[in-house]
Amino acid sequence: MKFTMTSFAALAVAGFGSVAFAQDRTEIRVMWYSDGIEGEIMQDLLDRFEESHPEIDVVLDNVAYQVIQEQLPIQLASGQGPDIARVTNLKEQAEHWLDLREYVEDPAYWETNFGDRFDWMRPDGSDAIPGFMTQLTLTGGFANKTLFEQAGVEMPGEGATWDDWIAASKEVMESQQLPAAFAIDRSGHRISAGTASYGANYIGDDGMPAPIDDGTMSFATKLVEWTEEGLMLPEVWVSAAGTTYRAATDDFINAQIPFYYSGSWLIANLSTKIGDAFDWVAIGTPCGTEACAGLAGGAGLVGIKYTQHPEEVAVVMDYLASEEVLREFTERTLFLPAHKGVVEAGGLNFQTDDPNVAPALEKFIAASGESSPLTDALPAWKWGNAYYGTLVTRISQVMAGEISLDEARSMMDQDIADQVGTASQ
Amino acid sequence: MSRILAFIFRRRGHGRGWHWTDIATWIWLIGGTILMFGPALWLVASSFKGPAQLAEFPPTLLPYVQQTAMVEGYDAPLPLYTTTQEDGSTKVLAEIRRIGVNSQMVDPGNPGERINVNIADRSPVREIGLATGNYVEPLVKNNFLRFLWNSVFVTVMATLITLFTNSMAAFALSKYRFRGRDGVMLLIVATLMVPLSVILVPLYSVVNAMGLLNSLWGVILPTVATPTGVFLLRQYMLTIPDELLEAARMDHASEWQIYWRIVLPLAAPALAVLAIFSVVWRWNDFLWPLIVLSQREHYTLQVGLNTYAGELNVQWHYILAMTVVTMIPVILVFLFLQRFITTGIAGAGIK
Amino acid sequence: MAGLGETLGRAAAWPFTLVARAVDPPLRVWQRWTGTGGMAAVFLAPNLAIFGVFVLIPLVLNFVYSMTGGTGILLDQRPFIGMEQYGRLLECEDYTRRITCREDQFWTAVTNTTGFVIFQVTLMVVVSLITALILNRNIRGRGFFRAVFFFPVLLSPVVVGLIWRWILQREGLLNLIAVNLGLEPEIWLNDRFYAFAATIGVSTWAHMGFYTLILLAGLQAIPRDLYEAAEMDATPPARVFWRITLPLLGPNFAVVLVLALIRSVQIFDEVYVLTGGGPGTSTLYLTQYIYEVGFASILRNPGLAAAASILMGAVLVVLTLLQLRLSRRAEGRRAR
Repeated sequence: MKFTMTSFAALAVAGFGSVAFAQDRTEIRVMWYSDGIEGEIMQDLLDRFEESHPEIDVVLDNVAYQVIQEQLPIQLASGQGPDIARVTNLKEQAEHWLDLREYVEDPAYWETNFGDRFDWMRPDGSDAIPGFMTQLTLTGGFANKTLFEQAGVEMPGEGATWDDWIAASKEVMESQQLPAAFAIDRSGHRISAGTASYGANYIGDDGMPAPIDDGTMSFATKLVEWTEEGLMLPEVWVSAAGTTYRAATDDFINAQIPFYYSGSWLIANLSTKIGDAFDWVAIGTPCGTEACAGLAGGAGLVGIKYTQHPEEVAVVMDYLASEEVLREFTERTLFLPAHKGVVEAGGLNFQTDDPNVAPALEKFIAASGESSPLTDALPAWKWGNAYYGTLVTRISQVMAGEISLDEARSMMDQDIADQVGTASQ
Repeated sequence: MSRILAFIFRRRGHGRGWHWTDIATWIWLIGGTILMFGPALWLVASSFKGPAQLAEFPPTLLPYVQQTAMVEGYDAPLPLYTTTQEDGSTKVLAEIRRIGVNSQMVDPGNPGERINVNIADRSPVREIGLATGNYVEPLVKNNFLRFLWNSVFVTVMATLITLFTNSMAAFALSKYRFRGRDGVMLLIVATLMVPLSVILVPLYSVVNAMGLLNSLWGVILPTVATPTGVFLLRQYMLTIPDELLEAARMDHASEWQIYWRIVLPLAAPALAVLAIFSVVWRWNDFLWPLIVLSQREHYTLQVGLNTYAGELNVQWHYILAMTVVTMIPVILVFLFLQRFITTGIAGAGIK
Repeated sequence: MAGLGETLGRAAAWPFTLVARAVDPPLRVWQRWTGTGGMAAVFLAPNLAIFGVFVLIPLVLNFVYSMTGGTGILLDQRPFIGMEQYGRLLECEDYTRRITCREDQFWTAVTNTTGFVIFQVTLMVVVSLITALILNRNIRGRGFFRAVFFFPVLLSPVVVGLIWRWILQREGLLNLIAVNLGLEPEIWLNDRFYAFAATIGVSTWAHMGFYTLILLAGLQAIPRDLYEAAEMDATPPARVFWRITLPLLGPNFAVVLVLALIRSVQIFDEVYVLTGGGPGTSTLYLTQYIYEVGFASILRNPGLAAAASILMGAVLVVLTLLQLRLSRRAEGRRAR
């Protein structure tokens, strides 16, 4: 017992000793989640910031994504929260972001370089400067080039349709005896690129959700058929309930599927985990009957309205949003750049020696030029998540054989109506 | 079923040979041991695998790394592969690079000559190796000592408060007759029916209103008034004879002294059981700390390890390794106190 | 045994002995003033204060939430709508087909949970009882084996889910074994039957040690001479089990049943990590439904979740009272 008491005491000393906060500095707290190494890079950039700004102490709180999704909203609702946060639900919570317009050094710089995406993170009709995208993402497909070569199957070229890709992947699957031909992440956001390419429209004339249309149903039908035929890897969609996110990244990395529809954020992850095992390429979004556009998204860094130190927040944001810093951040994280100046200047020196990475990033940058009415509108549409959630929930149930497609259609309409009803209570 | 149970149950007399129930007993015990420990061992083995190996199918039992060799004329070590030659023999070669389905290889013994091999004809040479980086990197990068201290603080404080408040309440509920006693007891037991995960939002509002967010006390206080603890201690204290208390009262002991000097020591086995459970529960608490704590100097271990779960990518190799780390104290408790835990519960037994 | 308990207790108590001495004089004054009845209040106060603030108030708030609407998170942002949320939960077009219900997932969760509780509690009781009976035998290494079965109780539910996911997933241990035995690997958690069985098996694995010990305590309290008498009469073992063991195990058995039932209805963390409710919705249980609707989904509905949790609590209270009533009646019969 004595031993335990002394070790507790030793721990106490060690614990307190290691955290020493200077009292005269303004503390700015950044709530940040990481999918890979971006947290470390951000910490590195902030360390440099503190050297040049000794009066500001920036604390990077690395949290689980779950905290951003579940806890931050409650904090915000009660008028609390960190000073800065990295958030993905930018539009729904737009009322809580700090308008940086009167605090930043040069609003025009912000407008020029980030202005296109301000509508993703501010209430409709506002002219606020809420923050910037740390990373732009675009959904898109990846193919295992080596598997295609081994099977002797030609990869479908530009303008190929979903059916072309599935047919080709099926050949590869059969020749290489793989468990499935392709997979798509369990996410309403991901499949909305597919529904959009079949002409789906989610947005009614009044800006409210429209009923599920035939375009949505035709892609949903395809997904269900592909699952039933054993072409689509079943465990990603079938083996979870509700809106749980599931990715098939590991199956692609492990060369179990020749074709995988996910998005640009995977590039760094694929590069480190696949290494030299096989060659992979980004292929953009296959075409449907109407379009071949991927769905953009990403994570934004925003100031929180309830901060005590808006000036200092703006100083930190100005630093992080500067062209030089963002360029370095992009080059080291292998993210798609979200800064107009950086994009236009080009010549990004991505820090990797993996030959698969640069072409993949270029493909995504090129693919971001493709567009369709729905994919353009969705990122700035408030009800996107209502739609995504029910798509995932109900289509999975159809795949699991619990309900029919027709039943799913009316249930999805009901779900969305309930969401809208609840929100307007 | 009843017959089987009965046979298992029957005590064998002395000096007789093995009866089939003895065999069944040992099958059950040994099978049980494998089933209880095996899964945890698999987790430990997996935690030493690199990220690529974790995604491998079919999996391997033990962690492996690919062997490499330094080859003359190349700066970095080259990975080794066993290749199948045209005549069917096999040979270990080092790979320089892979282009499509062709692999450019070199014989480490004869670095001058390049050999082209189809990738279907090669398989990596691997040896058992531990990806210790899974452990080292998070421990070095994170303020691990701080997380550990927070976890210890929460566990110890919560357990102490639990023991005191619960034992006092249990004393009152078992040794006094007053109006509303049954009501209080019923209220406490009734809250067993509602798990924490369904009242998160109201509880959060309360903790927020008390200004306990991002404070370790916000983690500790909501958990200490556990109905289970009061229930367990009360049941035990009921078995302490009232005569002892009466005798003490004759000697002019105050009620507080009776609680402190007589009832508490006599309830030690039950207190010990509650202490052990409280330590395990508080150490393992996950959902609630995750909701209350969002500033890193307050993280407990369980919250700290979860920062490796991103939106689109979960860094399993770190999560598995850190899970093993958080299991270590629990296993130590288990090793040192196992006799005590099991007989303690038996002794405290709910009567 | 008690010796170790006392030493531990005393060692942990030493800093508090001083405090205990210090509070005695003022409490004596209080005792003289209010009598011993007043002391009951003193002893109850700390626990009830914490309990009231952190358990009762949230429970009451939860009830208030269940009668409010909208998507607001804090109460002051939520309009009062009466019993509408309950109506929404219970509304079905055709009560024989649950997909026609407005909240079909709620009914799915109710159905799944019912099935889970029936099978899991049965399995739990049977397995714990067998293990307790075996551990009660005169075997070598009894202490060790007693600890073995208790080991998983020490793990957190999240870790339990993680461990088993790492065994049952496609890249898991079970498939490694299957492949080595020359069998086809299977995606275990993608099959309704296996996934359902896995949730039952894993939760039993995680908690059976606790119930085993309670039953073992009861078994050890049964006087040996009863068995000796039975042996002398050459009573068949089955009869001994039904006539002596089970009846005398009664109270401990009732505790095990009640606790196992309550915990089984509340099943959440292990399953959430293990199957996430899948495949489809076949392992979606009530607590997960409530957690997702009220907290985890992007478009949360705390009112609906609160209403569902109150319905769940009400059912649990009824079930527990029923069980206690039954076991008490059984005990009464035996006493006569």
